Amino acid sequence: MRALRVHQVGPGVAVQDLGRPGYLAKGLTRGGAADLLAVHEGAALLRQSPGCAVLEMVGTGGTFEATEDMVIALTGAAMTASIDGAAVVWNASHALPAGAPLVIGPTREGTYGYLHVSGGFATEPVLGARATHQSTGLGALVAGRDVLPVGSGGATAGMTLPRDGRFHGGEVRIVPSMQTEDFSAETRERFENTVFQRDPRANRQGVRMDSDQGFSNPDQLSVVSEVIVPGDIQIAGDGAPFVLLAESQTTGGYPRIGTVLPCDLPRVVQAPAGAELRFAFVTLDEGITVQARANAAWAALGKSVQPLVRDPADMQDLLSYQLVGGVVSAMDEG
Amino acid sequence: MTDFPKIRSVGLGGVLVTFGDKATDAANRAAIAFRGAVDALALPQIEESSSTLVSAFFRVDLAQHGFAPLHDALADVVAQQDWLTADLPGGRTLWTIPAVFGGPRAPQFGEAAEAAGLTAEAALAELTGTRLRVLTIGFAPGQPYLGTLGTHWDIPRQVGLTPHVPQGALVAAVRQVCLFAKDTPTGWRHVGQSAFRCFRPDAAEPFLLTPGDEVQFAAVTQAALERLEAHGVDGTERTVLG
Repeated sequence: MRALRVHQVGPGVAVQDLGRPGYLAKGLTRGGAADLLAVHEGAALLRQSPGCAVLEMVGTGGTFEATEDMVIALTGAAMTASIDGAAVVWNASHALPAGAPLVIGPTREGTYGYLHVSGGFATEPVLGARATHQSTGLGALVAGRDVLPVGSGGATAGMTLPRDGRFHGGEVRIVPSMQTEDFSAETRERFENTVFQRDPRANRQGVRMDSDQGFSNPDQLSVVSEVIVPGDIQIAGDGAPFVLLAESQTTGGYPRIGTVLPCDLPRVVQAPAGAELRFAFVTLDEGITVQARANAAWAALGKSVQPLVRDPADMQDLLSYQLVGGVVSAMDEG
Repeated sequence: MTDFPKIRSVGLGGVLVTFGDKATDAANRAAIAFRGAVDALALPQIEESSSTLVSAFFRVDLAQHGFAPLHDALADVVAQQDWLTADLPGGRTLWTIPAVFGGPRAPQFGEAAEAAGLTAEAALAELTGTRLRVLTIGFAPGQPYLGTLGTHWDIPRQVGLTPHVPQGALVAAVRQVCLFAKDTPTGWRHVGQSAFRCFRPDAAEPFLLTPGDEVQFAAVTQAALERLEAHGVDGTERTVLG
């Protein structure tokens, strides 16, 4: 069987995909990978569908071995990684020969790292998806000695994508949502002007934001539970904001001050504990424009995939290459 | 407030139509009926729908479709009738679920009856004689909030949490009964115990209940409940409502 054997694995590694839509009315949120941009980047590197299942890794990865030659890609939070003892870079695709140990160690930058395999992980779907929904017990974390089946499919090793700056916090755009106007203009302005630190308490359901400010709405005790979408920022009883993620509950009784644009959510989920984040309102129309542009950019990621190292032997038409540009690009990779 | 129904965007993820700012029975019926009517239109932009206690939600990628066209399409449906007096959709299911009330398996039945100002006999008659509606499903997959009991059942949540109330428990507060999908800490009072499993991920039908369905509990003895449990069944009967 084409598979990835797990020899040893960290405590926060699970199979994910784009999630399990269609069950909101039944009380089950979509779930899926925390950083959907990383899923799209891996798919672009391996030239396969973003629907292919991946391994999501928090904190550290593990030691793995392929039963057949395959190509892998590493995206999202950068972690130390080696194949057969040789260090390999993140945001790139690599050949993983059968039997060679793939060792993925601690996170160096960001929070959620991803391991992609050519063909995608082919674990048994449950309710139409392979995503592990940890808060409801759908699927299980990956454990030592697991054998994860892998689908068929080839890919080119040695390709890379540029890395963006989403791993250190920063500014996050939000749109007004159903309860934004229940908060006073003063509260909303103060919310925008506050620099938050990502609290260490964070999981796939939500991330708490710390500051010395509170943002409670005096009427919030009487709010009827209402629907949640990923990126909603709820103000909990103590006045602290929580950004709700893919594995939140379907409804919640705390009011939402706004909703993070889906394209900016990877910046929230990848912010390490203590990273500074700020929230900036854009109008609904601006948000729609920004998100539509991001959707197009995510779909076109394949065009930004570049060879990791330019080997002259692979250059069939040497004269057509801009050699100086290639040098600059190679230096950027370092 | 007279500004209901209210049509609002929810992030860039969908549109919410809300029928009141309090969890009334009429607003819940309206949300369920409205969701059914919109679902019947099969609008191509709507990827799925759900309903909460007082709202119908339509999941739409607003970045792709914009808000105004959806707002207008839903406003047209809102204007069709007074949704607070609308009939519930047809083809719903009545579920009859055996449960034991009181005794060691449902230790707060007596306390809840007293809080409602009822004798144990009267409380049992009301909890088993009332067809309850699935008001919404949430908190845990498949977990129904059922209502609406009479005003005397507007009993508050207890101040302290009961740390473990098991799967299949019937718990009561604020004129509602919740049927737990899993072992849960709760401030609601544990009045009954069934063998019903709200979420069956490996079954052909992983979720049985849908908002708008009706549930009637049938009182059984503890011995009868434990016979069901020993056989791994819940004794539930289903009837399709016209």
